[in-house]
Formats: sequence, structure tokens, C-alpha cells
Amino acid sequence: MAQPDVAAPMADRPPAPPLGRRERLELWSARVPWALKLAVVYAFVAGVLVLAFNAVQFDTQWMREHAWNIIRLGIPLTLLICVGAILLATVLATLGALARLSRNPISYGIASFYTSFFRGTPLLVQIFLIYFGLAEVGIRLRDAGYGGLSNIFILDTVPAGILALGLNYGAYMTEIFRAGMQSVGHGQGEAADALGMNYRQKMRRIVLPQAIRVIIPPTGNEFIAMLKDSALVYTIGALELFRRADLAGRADFRSLEAYLLAAVMYWIITGIFSFFQSRLERRMSRGYVRGGPSKWLPAGGGGGGGVGVVEVQDAQGAGPPS
Amino acid sequence: MSWQPNGDVVLRVENLHKYFGTLEVLRGIDMEVHRGEVVVIFGRSGSGKSTLLRCVNFLEDPTAGTIEVSGVRLEGGHRTRHKRELIRQLRIKTGMVFQDFQLFPHMSTLGNVMEGPMTVKKKHEDEARGLAMHFLERVGLADKADEYPIRLSGGQKQRVAIARALAMEPDVMLFDEPTSALDPELIGEVLEVMRSLATELHMTMIVVTHEMGFAREVAHRVAFFHEGVILEEGPPSEVLSNPRSPETKRFIDAVL
Repeated sequence: MAQPDVAAPMADRPPAPPLGRRERLELWSARVPWALKLAVVYAFVAGVLVLAFNAVQFDTQWMREHAWNIIRLGIPLTLLICVGAILLATVLATLGALARLSRNPISYGIASFYTSFFRGTPLLVQIFLIYFGLAEVGIRLRDAGYGGLSNIFILDTVPAGILALGLNYGAYMTEIFRAGMQSVGHGQGEAADALGMNYRQKMRRIVLPQAIRVIIPPTGNEFIAMLKDSALVYTIGALELFRRADLAGRADFRSLEAYLLAAVMYWIITGIFSFFQSRLERRMSRGYVRGGPSKWLPAGGGGGGGVGVVEVQDAQGAGPPS
Repeated sequence: MSWQPNGDVVLRVENLHKYFGTLEVLRGIDMEVHRGEVVVIFGRSGSGKSTLLRCVNFLEDPTAGTIEVSGVRLEGGHRTRHKRELIRQLRIKTGMVFQDFQLFPHMSTLGNVMEGPMTVKKKHEDEARGLAMHFLERVGLADKADEYPIRLSGGQKQRVAIARALAMEPDVMLFDEPTSALDPELIGEVLEVMRSLATELHMTMIVVTHEMGFAREVAHRVAFFHEGVILEEGPPSEVLSNPRSPETKRFIDAVL
């Protein structure tokens, strides 16, 4: 059967029904770049906030005057506490992970007890236990006639904060480190064994250098989370960022401005570290460990061109200024 | 074969038993390997041949029996602190080559080969490097010294793994199916290196492999494993050409 209509010109077809308002809007919207839309939304949110702040007679003058003091006095201590705590946590997590992977019942038991307690109780309670609770231990020891011993338990606010954050994060990071070590294949350990390495040599030379590649990115995330949790140390009186802001605000009845300043500062700091963190993560995920624990080789080692060997210390140094 | 092993016993296995749970994988193995001897172990998978090799250097703990390598004598059973140190001594005297190479990916080829002498034997870096280069030349990969394992072919990786084991200057080399993970065209280069170790260095070797051509040409003795025992052993010319047991004959017919 012949089908002459197939070759018929378009004009002979019935015209398409006119587009509705909604369809035309959707077509128009599809041509607008995503980034522009996002910018409009951001501007809108910011505008609403500005209007809201004006409505409550927000004192930007006060914020400008006090911001630098809070930054200058508060941020160094916040960073000091966090860097100290993450170092402590790294040591604890390494030991904890080795213990949790060992078949020694003593080390496994102690490590399991440690992680269970510090993951199962609130950080704030731990901070109070370590600052007020240990001080109580010290006082009771002194009363019992062990004066020399008592000083060990009576901690300053900053060491207490570092200890509490370090112990808490060490418990969580134990699991990260354990997973990192387990990601190094069983056969690698056997190859080290077959060479006659002892446990220490096997860990230090073979397992840990390979595990570090897996461990560092999530450890960066932990550090960023810790920057925020460090505000809890405020409660025992450490003069870190949040307490500085609070004190300044209370003195002038500008608490709203002070808390917002603190919030924005935490936001900016975590933003900065997140930026370096994601760069580090990208580098680590594509690279392979090369020449021991301190150097990384990008792009599966292929091609030979553009082989940038980067010291890890540099990558970390890009984070916390000390 | 022009050269024949005639020296002392390097490796002695006595009445070795190994259980995995209730499964008895090795059911009483006795074996003596003389200096310079090449023994090829073959048999179906699951017959216990790899387990024997892994028991010899205690990657698996034998359930019962005795292993002796160059005067270091160890019983099966549980480990004690003292025994752990003896195991380490024994492992230093044995070199192991794995089916899947297990090179250290974070070290260069040279670093891989230097690692044992430096870390385990505490040799000075220069001496370890000299030793490593010597054995890399031995396996024909001196020009790859600075490459990382990820850039090597499977055959090259296995040759580096052989050099890594040799650099410990072991008394006996254990090869656990060294060519099974390789593409067919890469098997030859690895077998060639192994052949040269046997004929030029008179290295004592135990090789678990299905490469019957290699066994026929290089081995002084072949042992057929079946259900956890050595069913048949002897010179390759006899065992491979005129197997006595029907199991051995069936296996050889299947492989060749």
C-alpha cells in the first residue's frame, strides 16, 4: 500500500497548540545558568538576613570594633587546642588501631574499653570529668596525704581541653585508622613476615606507610569537626574563640552580635580547612604512595610526565598555621 | 642434568600435620631437601602443596611436626615468644615468592629489594644497594631500579619479587605457584630466571607449579601431592614419564 502522506510538507500538519505560561517559563529558565540562579538565591537569603538584622537594630559598628580582638585573642588558642588534640588523637588512634587489630587480649581489651567509653558518652561530660572530676581526684589524694601525686590530676583549662578532645577524637579515629590498616592487604603483611621482619618493622615499614594514604583524608575531616567541638571547652573557662566572643558581648549587652561574629569566624575557619582538605583528598585519591610515607605520586604513576612529588608535610602545613 | 646436588640437608620436614579447623590438609609429610636441589611439587588444587610451602616458613603454623632449615629446628603447635624469634631466624634463611608477587607498592623496585637487607639484616644502605643492584641484574631488571611496581608488567614484578627474596641470601627459596597469575606470554621470562638460579647459582629451591616442562628440565626431584600426602616422588624422568599411581597418571595426562 502506497503512503504518499509520508513525503507531505510540514506545513500541511495541524499547528502545535500554543505553549502555556508555565511551559514558557520553564523553557526560559532552562537557558539561565545554574550559577546565576544560585547567586540570585544567595543574594535573596542575604537580603532577608540584612532586613532582619536591621529590624532588630543590629550593631554592626560594635562588630567591626570587636572582631579583630576576638580573632587575635581567641583563634590562636582555638587552633592550639585543636592542633594539640589532633596530635594526641593521632597517637591514641594509632595505638588503638594496632591494639584492636592484635590478638593480644590485654591490648585488645583495653583499646575496646577506651573506644567504647569515649564514643558512648557525651563530649561535654568527658570535658567536665577531666577538668572538674580529675581535680577532685587530686584534692582527695592530697587529703589522703599524697600531695605530690595530686598535682598531676589538677589540670589547667587548656591542657584539660586538649586531653578531653584528644581522648574523644582518638576513640573515633581509632576506627578510621583500623580501617586504613586493614585496607593494606593481608599479603603485604605476609611478604614482610616472609622477609623475617618483626611486628614493629612490618608495621613501620610496610603497613603504616600504605595505610596513611587512606587515613589522612578522613583525619582532616575529623580536624574540621574538632574545630567546632572545641567551643565546648568554653564551659571550663578556656579563653578560646567562643569565650572571647561571649565575654566581649556580655560586657556591652551585644550578645547577639558576639555570637554571630563567633559563628561566622568558625564558619570561615572550617571553610578554609575544608578547602585544603578537599584538595588534599583529591591528590591522595589519585596518587600512589611513593618513596616511603612522606611522598606522593599522582596519576597511577603512568606516563612519566608531570610527576609531581609532594611532601605530605607541605600539604598538612597548608592547614594549621602554628 | 650435568650438576647434581650432593651436599648436606638444607631443609627437613618431619611428620608434618596441618588442620584447618577439622579439615586435615596435610596428613604427615616427610621431606628432605639437599643443598642445591630443585624440588617441584605438583598436584590438584586443595591437595596441600601450597600449605606445605606456607608451613615451611610458618606463614601457617603447622599443627604438629617438625621443620628444620639450616639448623633452625622448630616444632608445630602454639607460638611462644621464644618460638617467634626462632621463626624469624628461620624466615631469614628462607626466601618466599608469592603467586601474586606482593611487591611493596610504596617503594621503588630498588627499595623493594633493599628493604630486607636494610631493615631485617641491618646492613648499611650502600651495602644493601650494592646487593640489591646485583640481584636486580641477576633477574635482568637493573634498568628498572627506580621504577615503582605499578609501572612493571606482571613478569617483571615477579622477577623483582625473586630478587627481593634473593637479596636476603637465603639457604632455600620457596616458590608458591610463581607463574599462575601471569599472562601466558610472561611466564617464560620468570621460568627462565628460575632456571638460571638453579643451573648457575645451584640455589636450593622448592617450587609449587603446574609447569611440567620446567619440572622436567630443571627439577632434580618431583613430588606429587594428593589429599595431604606425597603420593609419589622421584626424578622427573621417572615420575612424569612412568607414574606408578593411577592418580598421578591421571593428573599428568590432564595437565600435559
